[in-house]
Amino acid sequence: MAVAVEVRLPTVLRPQAGGQSTVTVEASTIGDVLRQLVSEYPGMSGQLLNADGSLHRFVNVYVNDDDVRYLDALETPVKEGDEVSLLPAVAGG
Amino acid sequence: MVARRSVLELIGDTPLVEVSELSPNPAARLFVKLEGQNPGGSVKDRVALAMVEDAEKAGLLRPGDGDQVLVEPSSGNTGIGLALVCRVKGYHLKVVLPSSVSPERRQLLDVWGAEVIESPGQEGSNGAVRIARELAAAHPEWVFLYQYANHANPRTHYERTGPEIWRDCPEVTHFVAGLGTSGTLLGAGRYLKQCNPAVQIWAVEPPAGETVDGLRSLDEGFIPPIFEELGGATLLDRKIVVRPRESIEWVRRLADVGIFAGLSTGAAMAGAAKCATQLQDGEEAAIVVVSADGGWKYLSSGAWTGDIDEVAERARSTLYF
Repeated sequence: MAVAVEVRLPTVLRPQAGGQSTVTVEASTIGDVLRQLVSEYPGMSGQLLNADGSLHRFVNVYVNDDDVRYLDALETPVKEGDEVSLLPAVAGG
Repeated sequence: MVARRSVLELIGDTPLVEVSELSPNPAARLFVKLEGQNPGGSVKDRVALAMVEDAEKAGLLRPGDGDQVLVEPSSGNTGIGLALVCRVKGYHLKVVLPSSVSPERRQLLDVWGAEVIESPGQEGSNGAVRIARELAAAHPEWVFLYQYANHANPRTHYERTGPEIWRDCPEVTHFVAGLGTSGTLLGAGRYLKQCNPAVQIWAVEPPAGETVDGLRSLDEGFIPPIFEELGGATLLDRKIVVRPRESIEWVRRLADVGIFAGLSTGAAMAGAAKCATQLQDGEEAAIVVVSADGGWKYLSSGAWTGDIDEVAERARSTLYF
């Protein structure tokens, strides 16, 4: 069942969402969240998902601070009140 | 204890200390490996020495030839470790350093006589990598060790850091470390998994991407080549992001048990605490956390004594990893 989920956007994606740092989408999985974002903000197309629907290699998606690649990836469920964060892959060291 | 012939022999073999009094779950013991005890002050001394010695063995660097130049991108610790090793061995080091790092990092590079080339702070470490690669391509006579792609980086953690942890804490169930180049996790993590396949490997990241606002698109993202080449995504069991405020809260808790550690240790401890609270009923754990460095390079952040909201806000605009 789709629920309202708050998504925190990194600086690099904010222009595509009219400058907003957080947006709310209705979704039941992380895959839904990303498809909703692309649908509502077409400027994000190609930055979040690849043409085959898989997660773009340079975007990290967290649900309540847990990287979804190490959970159930795009099938990771979201529930009411969850916070989703998108962050670009960056270097450290 | 015998007298050592060189300070470089003091790199590695760092102490492990139990801090279970800080654990949020009595069934989870917590241990911290104090990499700040290395002579250059961080875990990266290991990587710096391993990469330089590897290059010497391969004939890329010739000991005693003072005309040789190395260039390396670093947000601080690798640069400082390399600067120490290069000073002792007589090589000239150029460090490409984001302008957004804490002032202590710059000061320490000055101490060891490294040349600093600034990269735009708003590009974070990605910008330092970009400029160092351009410089290395333009100067093929310079030695570019490139920590993100140099297999000596994870190898030294596989050969030394991992075995030290297994020797000191064979009951380890979870290994938690920061994800920068991924060298510590790939090397020590793989070693521990080979010793006991049930050991869980947890990576902790700072939310650096929130403040790196100089990226034009996500296509300018960066994944260390060693992470992909050595199957990092398969090795890791979990990866979590920890925000500055939690990191600061945890360095303050560490001070309660006499540990003066840097902000990335605070983040790793927050990750370990999350791990401790997620154990199943009846499950017991021994969680080993890598403390990448001591607190010295973070004094200007006010992390221990300042108003936590102000410190957290400042930490958002400073590159600490």
